[in-house]
Amino acid sequence: MSTTASLSQKPLTRVKLFAIINDVIVGSWALFIIPIIGICCFLLLWSVAANNINTSLGKFPGPAAVWEQFGNLYQEHRAERIKEDAFYIRQEKRNAKRLETDPSYVAKIRSYTGKETFLDQIITSLVTVMSGFLVAAAIAIPLGIAVGLSKILNTAINPIIQIFKPVSPLAWLPLVTMVVSALYVSPDPVVSKSFLNSMITVTLCCLWPMVINTAVGVASIDKDLINVSKVLRLPALQHVKKIVLPASIPMIFTGMRLSLGIAWMVLIAAEMLAQNPGLGKFVWDEFQNGSSESLSRIMTAVFVIGFIGFILDRGMLQIQRVVSWDKSSASL
Amino acid sequence: MKWFKPFKNVVLAVAISAGFCSAASHAQKIGFPEKEELKFGFIKLTDMAPIAIAYENGYFEDEGLYVTIEAQANWKVLLDGVIDGRLDGAHMLAGQPLAATMGFGTKAHIITPFSMDLNGNGITVSNEIWKQMKPNIPKMADGRPVHPIKADALKPVVEKYKAAGKPFNMGMVFPVSTHNYELRYWLAAGGIHPGFYAPHKGDVSGKLNADALLSVTPPPQMPATLEAGTIYGYCVGEPWNQQAVFKGIGVPVITDYEIWKNNPEKVFGITAEFAKKYPNTTIRLTRALIRAAMWLDENNNANRPAAVKILSQSNYVGADYDVIANSMTGTFEYEKGDKRSVPDFNVFFRYNATYPYYSDAIWYLTQMRRWGQISEDKSDDWYKTLAAKVYRPDIYTMAAKSLIAEKLASAKDFPDFSTEKGYKKPQKGFIDDAIYDGTKPNDYINQFTIGLKDGDKI
Repeated sequence: MSTTASLSQKPLTRVKLFAIINDVIVGSWALFIIPIIGICCFLLLWSVAANNINTSLGKFPGPAAVWEQFGNLYQEHRAERIKEDAFYIRQEKRNAKRLETDPSYVAKIRSYTGKETFLDQIITSLVTVMSGFLVAAAIAIPLGIAVGLSKILNTAINPIIQIFKPVSPLAWLPLVTMVVSALYVSPDPVVSKSFLNSMITVTLCCLWPMVINTAVGVASIDKDLINVSKVLRLPALQHVKKIVLPASIPMIFTGMRLSLGIAWMVLIAAEMLAQNPGLGKFVWDEFQNGSSESLSRIMTAVFVIGFIGFILDRGMLQIQRVVSWDKSSASL
Repeated sequence: MKWFKPFKNVVLAVAISAGFCSAASHAQKIGFPEKEELKFGFIKLTDMAPIAIAYENGYFEDEGLYVTIEAQANWKVLLDGVIDGRLDGAHMLAGQPLAATMGFGTKAHIITPFSMDLNGNGITVSNEIWKQMKPNIPKMADGRPVHPIKADALKPVVEKYKAAGKPFNMGMVFPVSTHNYELRYWLAAGGIHPGFYAPHKGDVSGKLNADALLSVTPPPQMPATLEAGTIYGYCVGEPWNQQAVFKGIGVPVITDYEIWKNNPEKVFGITAEFAKKYPNTTIRLTRALIRAAMWLDENNNANRPAAVKILSQSNYVGADYDVIANSMTGTFEYEKGDKRSVPDFNVFFRYNATYPYYSDAIWYLTQMRRWGQISEDKSDDWYKTLAAKVYRPDIYTMAAKSLIAEKLASAKDFPDFSTEKGYKKPQKGFIDDAIYDGTKPNDYINQFTIGLKDGDKI
């Protein structure tokens, strides 16, 4: 009897083993292999297409050219940092020398006057987009809650929202530039005008999805929850804090994710025109330069822009997963 | 009180320079700069080189100046930047300070203590136009066109387009740019009318009575506009003519060296208030620029390749090294494969290129009058007074003398300051063999076939 038992165990373990291996293969197929094959096909198609497109600036950049530019841009960044260190050393020496002859001199350490590198420009873009987005959120979410709670306010403000929603950032920019020039006059500005121009344009464009989604989220709160609030006679602020906000968080976050995506796209366009030293300006400058490396560098910027947009979206998604009660809405 | 007028000019000049000398306590010892952080603007052209070199070689830092250099989108943005104080100074077209002080365009008192270079422009036409021009040009023994190519070769082409009812569009960079006046000069010398301005009537398009219609395009966008067919030719500085050859979209037909040998081109412009408020800073930045110009022309242009390497950085001109190198190192490629030697295509310091001569300013004013930007007759004195208000050889002289005293420059490289009055001797070297005497602007204006003359008003 023990032999039959031991005999029947062996095939079972083998079956189990096969099953596990099968799972691993299918799992990794879905998770890794298929996307990698997809990317490889894309790279191949890109390479072939690029080789066959001849622009007046040289061949359209293929994957190899773009990869080379990633390297170049990093090298330039390192070289610039070395120059920057040398600059500060020279400055210290010069200040010391002047203090010897002119003790009344107020020595100042000035920041580096050289050009921004690609990495600096990425950081500037990120700072600008987050500032614009946060300002927009600070305006849009309270406004959305107010609009969602009051039918009168909704009817009053809705036409305005609908009119301003489709306006392109490129149309806002000249107006914003003029207003900032007129109002922001200071002999020692904390932030530059171009930064303000880009930031305000981003705010104006990414306001609307957040307002609309917040309003809809607030307006469609479960009737039961509203009844609870009525029964408990909660004061208005408590009502908002305890009932409205938690209930409408999924919709608010959906709005925020949409807005962040729009903000990132708008930023690149706004930077091109406002000449804020970020990724948009990088693309514009490369286009103006028209060197043989320009197209490759622009493609590099395209990939970086896309990648950063992806990271921002995933970041928002993670925050949503943590904060929201409706985990299913945060699954994509 | 006719005797008073020339006396007035002298008094004016003496008063300005006296005001300056009192700020610098000693003729040679310049005090510390009042404003140390400066921002200079430029347009992406090879002749912004003195500014780039003064930064990269540390000449600005030697003067105690911390300079940020920023490319501007176009000439209008640059000029507005200097006028409203966003920029402390900029690489400017020679006509811009004059037009601004005069009130053509935005009015502001802009001065210049430093001339940045001589020559450096070219006129390029599209491949299509070149094909039609070529049969009209006499050829040398080896089949290559005889240079300089006069606009007479273009005239039949323009006539053909006119007869077919198609406007013959050409581009230049700014209404008061050297390129505009050089293109007009070349066209007019060949019998093609480039159009009049009538600002007193509100018409500043410059296309009245024109055979060829000239419009404004920023320099980096010119090759693209030529390729698109919006314009059939343009006059612009380097590297945008060689860029057209490299990309195979156009053919440069003539350089401005051949239109007027050793013509003044760009200047360094600052506001008059800046110079008044920060006299030491002004002299020091002029010193740095003079040193940069000297370096660029040193040892028979030996430093030019190094300069080209700096200019091809993306934050300066950004075009490919090879495209910039041609003109900066003394060759110019006309038709693809037809490279000729033009050693003085860019002159930064030789031939007293950096001294701001009044006669240079007056040439631009005469051309403004010729094409109607100055809408009515002005006396010779008016030209001379305006030139003295804008061009400031007194600042230049102080800067140069201090460099000579510190043994950073030698006196033989500069004009004789004790005798220099600011007017060059009558100049030849024009493509139509005219002679230009800066002391007699009205006589000069009256000798042209095409253009407004004494008593003309549109």
